[in-house]
Formats: sequence, structure tokens, C-alpha cells
Amino acid sequence: MIEVVDIHKSFNSHHVLSGVNLTIEKGESMVVLGGSGTGKSVLLKIIMGLLKPDQGTILIDGTEIIHLREEKLNEIRKKFGMLFQGAALFDSLSVWENVGFGLMEHTSLSKAEIRNRVTEKLAMVGLKNIEDKMPSELSGGMKKRVGLARAIAMNPEIILYDEPTTGLDPIMADVINELIIKLKHEIHATSVAITHDMTSAFKIGDRLALLYQGVIHRIGTPEEFKHSEDPVVRQFVTGSSVGPITAG
Amino acid sequence: MISWLEKIGHRAIEVLKKVGEASLLFSQALRWTFMPPVYFKNIIQQMEVIGVQSIPVVLITSLSTGLVLALQSYTGFKRFHAENLVGTVVALSLTRELGPVLTGLIVAGRAGAAMAAELGTMRVTEQIDALSTLAVNPVKYLIIPRLFAGLIMLPILTVFADMIGIVGGYFISVQYLQANPVIYIRRTTEFLEANDIFGGLLKACVFGILISVVCSYKGFNTEGGAVGVGKATTGAVVISMILILVSDYFLTMLLFKQ
Ligand SMILES: Nc1ncnc2c1ncn2[C@@H]1O[C@H](COP(=O)(O)OP(=O)(O)OP(=O)(O)O)[C@@H](O)[C@H]1O
Ligand SMILES: [Mg+2]
Repeated sequence: MIEVVDIHKSFNSHHVLSGVNLTIEKGESMVVLGGSGTGKSVLLKIIMGLLKPDQGTILIDGTEIIHLREEKLNEIRKKFGMLFQGAALFDSLSVWENVGFGLMEHTSLSKAEIRNRVTEKLAMVGLKNIEDKMPSELSGGMKKRVGLARAIAMNPEIILYDEPTTGLDPIMADVINELIIKLKHEIHATSVAITHDMTSAFKIGDRLALLYQGVIHRIGTPEEFKHSEDPVVRQFVTGSSVGPITAG
Repeated sequence: MISWLEKIGHRAIEVLKKVGEASLLFSQALRWTFMPPVYFKNIIQQMEVIGVQSIPVVLITSLSTGLVLALQSYTGFKRFHAENLVGTVVALSLTRELGPVLTGLIVAGRAGAAMAAELGTMRVTEQIDALSTLAVNPVKYLIIPRLFAGLIMLPILTVFADMIGIVGGYFISVQYLQANPVIYIRRTTEFLEANDIFGGLLKACVFGILISVVCSYKGFNTEGGAVGVGKATTGAVVISMILILVSDYFLTMLLFKQ
């Protein structure tokens, strides 16, 4: 279970998050929606302990992670897998070394076993025969999927996805949606996914949360969101430029 | 007037803050150095990047320095008939001063810049964050290997620099200035003490750590995309070079005063 309690975060004088509260139950798939620059990626990084909030706390299965020492935090991080918005592949390592990085560091599996596991995970994201390529040789969508394979390589209990389907064609996007659903059912992974893709959001989310003006504006099931009367939610779901959310 | 003072004050606080942060990073690195896991592969890799790949430039620089030094001191010393001291001067200047300092400056410009640029790029493309998400301590994985590599490779490079410089000086003196090889070699070894060589190598160790700490710190704390990486790199090289020159003065005072 992930508990986000009253998180505040600002950069210089720019207040990005001003009191975010969100609870994600064990095994639940939460989708976070929100306009560009509203702080979704920042929120994910705070959950992972990569950024320190100015105020508020994060509990992972009841353990507060904000003031945890590096060694303890790393123990908790082993339960996590995270896909970055920009994939964040290690560009000095090949694809298989990227995907197998966690296995190499934290397990005693042999190189051959790790390569097998890597091939299997790459197949899950629809990639094959690219193990020995370098990240610079891949397209944007391929990088994203290698990043996803790396995030799930250790069979994590909690998976954080930052825009998993952005930059993919509609068919590949659906493959990834199916994969996220499958991971939820098969390994009962708890997940938080950020997306702008409403098709994907409705498909993978047990609940959706809309981040607006630094707080969670509304939270509900996909059905509730589809039929919501809330003008902000309506505007976001229908993707209209007319409404309370204004550009810039 | 007030605002002028204020500016200086702010600047001073900034600098002190940076020094504090860098020292903190260094002490963190020290604390984690002997806690497993130790990334030997990364140490070897960095020794190659910092050390092995710097050998050609270091050799060219110290060879030419040895040649010029012999030539200059010969023509200078000739005026008061002390030509036979050329070997001594070349050996002492190289081992105590020019070997470590030139090596330090070259490595700062070559490997230090690369170090800051690589870590800076890793920072702005979130690769350092990605390491953390994979439960690997980035300071341990990235910075400690660079510290070790700097500490180990700088003295080794300096030994090469000293030797090739002395050989260069010998070559010019014997082949070109017709010095007596036996006397030249005797003059070189007679006045050269172990302290000269070890003092020089100790300097090299300090420079190696300085370069690694400054360039890692700069790269690690890069902000703001490609422009940020450029700034971090330039800053890293300039600061390392200045610190090498300043610390060289104080080390010389400490080591070779008597
Ligand atoms: N390291 C940082 N330093 C300064 N400002 C930052 C930093 N990270 C994020 N911000 C600011 O925080 C705000 C939120 O950024 P964030 O990346 O979370 O947006 P987002 O909701 O993920 O947007 P998008 O949908 O476009 O990815 C932005 O205005 C951004 O400028
Ligand atoms: Mg984002």
C-alpha cells in the first residue's frame, strides 16, 4: 500500500504540489491524470524517494520513507520498478545490461540465466533480437519499452509508470496496456501510472485521480470519471480546450 | 556601496555552500568506500579512462618539457660555467614539480572534463535517478570508482612523466649539447633523493583526488539540460586546475621546505 500524505513541493518560488493526499491499496492500479507541468512526474519521484518533499510524508506498506537512511531506503526500493518519462536508459550499457541491471546487482543468477530473463521481459514488451544493441541505436518508442522491461525485470510488487504509452503507435500502446493489466493480475502488482492517454487510463485504471492546481482535484473509478459533472474532469476527459483548465 | 558588499557576501556564502556540499559528498564517499558492494569493474574501467588513455598526452608533454628544460638550463648555466648541473636541474624540477603538476593539469583537462560531462549528462537524462530506483547507490557506483582511479592513476602517470622527461633531458644534453653521458647520469642521480620522488608522487595523489572530487561533484549536481552540462564541464576543469596550482604551492611548502 502506498500512502501519500499532504505532500508539498516547490522549486524556487514555484509551488508545484500543495497538499497532495492519495492512497493506493495493495494490488490496485491507480492512474494519475493532469495537465502538462502540473507535477505528476514530481509526485512519482517523491513516492520513489528521489525527491524530498518540503512537507508531508510517504508511507510504503506502513513504513515512512522520507527520513530513511540510504541503506534502508534501498531495501524498500527493491520492491519497486519505475519507468521514467524519458526512459532514462544507461547509455553506456547495452540493452540487455540495462534490463538485467537489477538482476546483476541484487541476485546471484548466472549471466546466462539473466540473459534468458531479459529476453523474456523484452518479449513481453514486444521487442526481440535487440539485446546487444546500444540505447542510442533505438527509436524513442523502443527506448520506452526497454525502460519498461527494466522496470519489471525484478518482478516488483510496486510499479510506477510515467507515461507508459506516450510515443507508441496505437497498436503497441494497446500491447502495453494489456501488459500492465496482465502484471496486475499475475503478480498482483500495485501500480501508479501517469498518462495523458484517456483510452489507456480507462483501460488500466481501477481508479483515476486528477491532479489540478497542486492537489488531487477528484478521484474515482473510470465509470465515475466518464459520467462526472465536474467541469475540470469533464474538460480533461473530453479533451476540450474550452473550460476551467486554461493553456499556460 | 551596500549592494556591492551584499553581492560579495552572497557570492562568498554561495562558494562556502558549494565547498561544504563537495566536502559532504567526499565524506559520504569515504564512509561508503569500505562498505560492500565494491564495484571493481567500474574502478578498472575508470583507471583505463583516467589513466591509460591519458598516457600519450602526458608522455608528449613531459618529453617536450624535458627537452626544453635541458636546452634552456644549458644555455643559461653556460653563462656561469655550470653546464654540468643540467642533469640535476632537469631531474629535480621534473620529479618535484613539473611531473605532478603537468600531469594533474592534463588529466584535469582531459579526463576531468569527460568525467563532469558524462555525469552531468547522466544527471539531466535521469540516469542517476534510475540507478537509485534500481536500489544502487549512485555515489558508490559512479563516484567512488572515479576517486580510486584518480588516486591510483595520477602517481603512475607522474612516474611515466618523470622518466620520459629525464630521458628527454639526457637525450638533448648528450646527443645535441655534447655533455658527457657518464657525468650527466651521475649528476642526475647524485642529488636526487627519494624524498624528491615521493614528495612529487604525494602531490600527484592529492591532485588525483582533487580532480575526481571536483569533477564528480560538478557533474553530479548539474542542472538545466545541455547548457547545464557545458557549464558544469567548464567549471569543473577551471576549478580543478586552480585547486591544483594553489594546493601545489602549499604542498611544496610542506614537503620541500627544509
Ligand atoms: N528539478 C526541477 N527543478 C526545477 N523545477 C522543476 C524540476 N522538476 C520539475 N520542475 C517543475 O515542476 C513542474 C512540474 O513538473 P513535472 O515534470 O512533474 O510535470 P508533469 O506533470 O510530469 O508534466 P508532463 O505531463 O509534461 O510530463 C514544472 O513546472 C517543472 O518546471
Ligand atoms: Mg511528466
